[in-house]
Amino acid sequence: MSRYETVIGIEVHTQLLTRSKMFCGCPNDYAGAEPNTHVCPVCLGAPGMLPVVNETALRYGMMAALALNCTIPEFSWFERKNYPYPDLVKGFQLTQYSYPIGSHGQVNIGTDAEPLRVRINRVHLEEDTAKNTHVTNAAGESYSLVDCNRAGVPLMEIVTEPDMHSPDEAVAYLKKLRDILVFLGIANGRMDEGAMRLEANISVRTPEEAEAGVLRPRCEVKNLNSFENVRAALVYEVKRQAQVYDRGERVRQVTMGWDLEHGRTVVQRSKEEAQDYRYFPEPDLPPLRFTAAEVDAVRAGLPGRRHEIVSRYQQVLGLDAYRAELLAQSPAFAAYFDAALAVCPQAERVANLLLGDFMAEVNDRRMDMESTAGLPPAAETAELARQWEAGEVTGPQVKQLLPRLFDTGEGVEAAKAALGIRVVGAADELTPIIEDVLAANADAVEKVRAGQDKVFGFLVGQVMKATRGQADPGTLNRLLREKLGVAG
Amino acid sequence: MQLDRAQTAHVAWLARLSLTDAELERFAGQLSSILTHIQRLGELDVADIAPTAMASESDRNVTRPDEPRPASPREEILANAADVEEGSVRVRAILEETA
Amino acid sequence: MSELSALTLEQAAAGLRAREFSSVELTQAVLDRIGSVEPDVRAYLTVTADEALTNARAADQRLRNGGASLLCGIPGGIKDLIATRGIQTTAGSRILEGFKPPYNAFVIEQLRRDGYVLAGKCNLDEFAMGSSTENSAYQVTHNPFALDCVPGGSSGGSAAAVAAEEAFFALGTDTGGSIRQPASLCGVVGLKPTYGRVSRWGVIAMASSLDQVGPLARTVRDAAIVLGCIAGRDELDSTSTTRPVPDYLSACERGVKGLRVGVPKEYFIDGMEPAVEQAVRAAIAELVRQGAVPVEISLPHTDYALPTYYVIVPCEVSANLARFDGIRYGVPQPGETMWEAYANTRGSGFGAEVKRRIMLGTYALSAGYHDAYYVQAQKVRTLIKRDFEEAFEQVDVIACPASPSTAFPIGAKTEDPVQMYLADIFTLAIPLAGLPARAYEAASEWSHSQCRERLQVGGAQ
Repeated sequence: MSRYETVIGIEVHTQLLTRSKMFCGCPNDYAGAEPNTHVCPVCLGAPGMLPVVNETALRYGMMAALALNCTIPEFSWFERKNYPYPDLVKGFQLTQYSYPIGSHGQVNIGTDAEPLRVRINRVHLEEDTAKNTHVTNAAGESYSLVDCNRAGVPLMEIVTEPDMHSPDEAVAYLKKLRDILVFLGIANGRMDEGAMRLEANISVRTPEEAEAGVLRPRCEVKNLNSFENVRAALVYEVKRQAQVYDRGERVRQVTMGWDLEHGRTVVQRSKEEAQDYRYFPEPDLPPLRFTAAEVDAVRAGLPGRRHEIVSRYQQVLGLDAYRAELLAQSPAFAAYFDAALAVCPQAERVANLLLGDFMAEVNDRRMDMESTAGLPPAAETAELARQWEAGEVTGPQVKQLLPRLFDTGEGVEAAKAALGIRVVGAADELTPIIEDVLAANADAVEKVRAGQDKVFGFLVGQVMKATRGQADPGTLNRLLREKLGVAG
Repeated sequence: MQLDRAQTAHVAWLARLSLTDAELERFAGQLSSILTHIQRLGELDVADIAPTAMASESDRNVTRPDEPRPASPREEILANAADVEEGSVRVRAILEETA
Repeated sequence: MSELSALTLEQAAAGLRAREFSSVELTQAVLDRIGSVEPDVRAYLTVTADEALTNARAADQRLRNGGASLLCGIPGGIKDLIATRGIQTTAGSRILEGFKPPYNAFVIEQLRRDGYVLAGKCNLDEFAMGSSTENSAYQVTHNPFALDCVPGGSSGGSAAAVAAEEAFFALGTDTGGSIRQPASLCGVVGLKPTYGRVSRWGVIAMASSLDQVGPLARTVRDAAIVLGCIAGRDELDSTSTTRPVPDYLSACERGVKGLRVGVPKEYFIDGMEPAVEQAVRAAIAELVRQGAVPVEISLPHTDYALPTYYVIVPCEVSANLARFDGIRYGVPQPGETMWEAYANTRGSGFGAEVKRRIMLGTYALSAGYHDAYYVQAQKVRTLIKRDFEEAFEQVDVIACPASPSTAFPIGAKTEDPVQMYLADIFTLAIPLAGLPARAYEAASEWSHSQCRERLQVGGAQ
């Protein structure tokens, strides 16, 4: 085993799911769009243009800060971070430098019983840059193309303290963070699209240094676009740095990239000199103030914490962890489930309906749980679950009824009437049908009587088919066993 | 306060201004004399004074609703750019200098 | 009909209403006047004759329909720092040569709403940096009252156009005196509104925490009419105020009886031109004769206004002008590498004063100097603001000179930036406090240099 302890800190940049950009009204849905089609003079940095803060981006910043247990300052302002670059249209980036919207937070990446806390140093809001694409054309000319669609998209940066001590802990933190942000509905967590970008700072030290609180020089690894890459890069760096020290050499504090093809970190050519960002407050934006009442209002509007919802579904409703996690995938989903439970308290049945046929319907229609207008009311979905549980409709009928609930917005009763759905539960109605089925399937009857219970299900299916799915499953079972003379 | 040529050249690089030798010489002198004048600010004891960064302060946060507006037509956005290729602004290759 | 161009804005508006002449005739008179005096004065960078006559025809239609505002059909000049859609807007700089913004500034939209006529774009010191308009990359503007003298700056083209009867009014911008000082040197009325009173949207920024658009006109009432049009809340400028716009014209009717006029002792300094002091003292005496009450006051940090200003302004300038790289707009230059092209574009696109201020600001904000310069200046700014707050507990307005000298000869101060900066010594403290001020005519007689000297009156918000 290595004689070194690993020290990791993580920086995450995430775009926010606002409808418009951070400081102008351009639509924030540029993914896949033609270059420079989501741009106005403000996000182009044209002369005389002024920023105006997007109130939703500000609220999202507060939501993230609160969900990460941060302190929100009473006073804040945006500052200009000055550096020239062709992707920075104004020659400076607006960012919350001195007064981040959140600080002194923490996230538990362990369990309630064995907490493992990662401290959050800061959460701040800023604006994304334009995108440069390097091109070499047929004539061999090499140049870059600038697309400003991304310029001015709201961006949030979340920086931890160096509190993680293994690549696994770093990945656990990232997963937890992504879950929190996605659950809040403020980020999509997509790393492949660059909507969420990861950077890790890593160093190693001896146990004695750890005891004394001493840190060795750290390397910053950028351009990590998946959790797997984060893990691989960190594993590689831990080993590399230990080897450097073991050879009696020193680790240089540098910025590195992850070379996916060769599975190694590579030093990115450092800039000619250290950057001097010359921060100062943005004079075009008055300072921001956050009163206790405003912070409380945002806090009150936060969806319950995801892990609390998951544990409630497990402990109070008795659902297994897998289904509890799925039901708590978004606040909208959890809210729909909770609303349905108020009508039909049989949690198992409601969960099975929602996660099964209901979600299949949602996916087929390319909808999501946020599209509240397009979904059947939770009370009707719950009524369907209740009737299913009570034997008032059958499983096949549920499959018939659900599309109609989505299509028409009718209630369950109206849909049943329209589709002519009823349950054949009376013995005198079912008995002749059963007798016909048994007569037509003499082979199967023999097998059941010989003890092949699997074949019983086949006969049930045949009766269902004959009643077009309308047979009450309980009555059918009882009558069929009586006729065959086998025990249930 | 004296700025020498090397310091002046460093500031010009930070500001991305290419200057001729004559300009460097002249600016070093002029900036020094302006800075000498500005040094007087240090005479005042302002340890307990809050800075004023902007003339206007609002008692409420000045924000706008998150409502998208149509972006500008692309030909308008690119009309003033010197070099355009396939809807993007073409610039020289961005090569990082070696350290 | 060239005498039409000599009317005041208010007289011209009355004539249009009385059908004594049409806006097309009025506009043609101004264009004729421009044609005859412009070779000597050179106030305009662009004369928009076609646009003006199109505006005038539309205005005549509105005037016939009735209900048009006082500015309807009135030709005005616009400082070339203010964006005009589809019309070249250079900021007086080579780097923006040929730049045609796809947008109008808020103030232009306000003027268009009232049906004004755009006569042209007025010359200025490059990016509004200067006190003589000699820093324009395009031309030198001459003081109409003394052609060998400067018109002041940076809104020198605007002031000269109004003084030379090439427009009934003009818009300028004022950061540290750029409306008031040229108004003073050209003998017109210039007003810098309270910070936030007028939207800066579409006005190319020099120092964002100080810049403000305001009118230049031949009478106080004319200036009031223009301010009433351009003032108001703009959702696109977060620093624009929500306070309602008062009726400035009717406010002009109020006399000065009982008005407490503060006379700051620090503004009557050694080395001030005697002609200036005499004119200002005479103007204050006239105010007193009409019933105003003079009160001697002190603004103890006056001496620190200039160094404070010349830290804060260059810092903001260094960032505001970083966007001019020749990529998305402007005039690019070649270079061996991207960075060289970048620096060449800026090195050859900007003039000396602009480069000086960018360098000064870059230096003052850089690591190791940030606190000693930028933070220190912000704190002194607080002291200057307090001086005014305390003074306005005793007085209603403050009267002082707008410039320590009358118009100086062209070329007299171009080699010494500090001397040029001192030309604004009386005007730059007021914007540091965010306050409004107006330059008024102080002397009814021609001074020996044939340049009228002006009185500056600062007010509480």
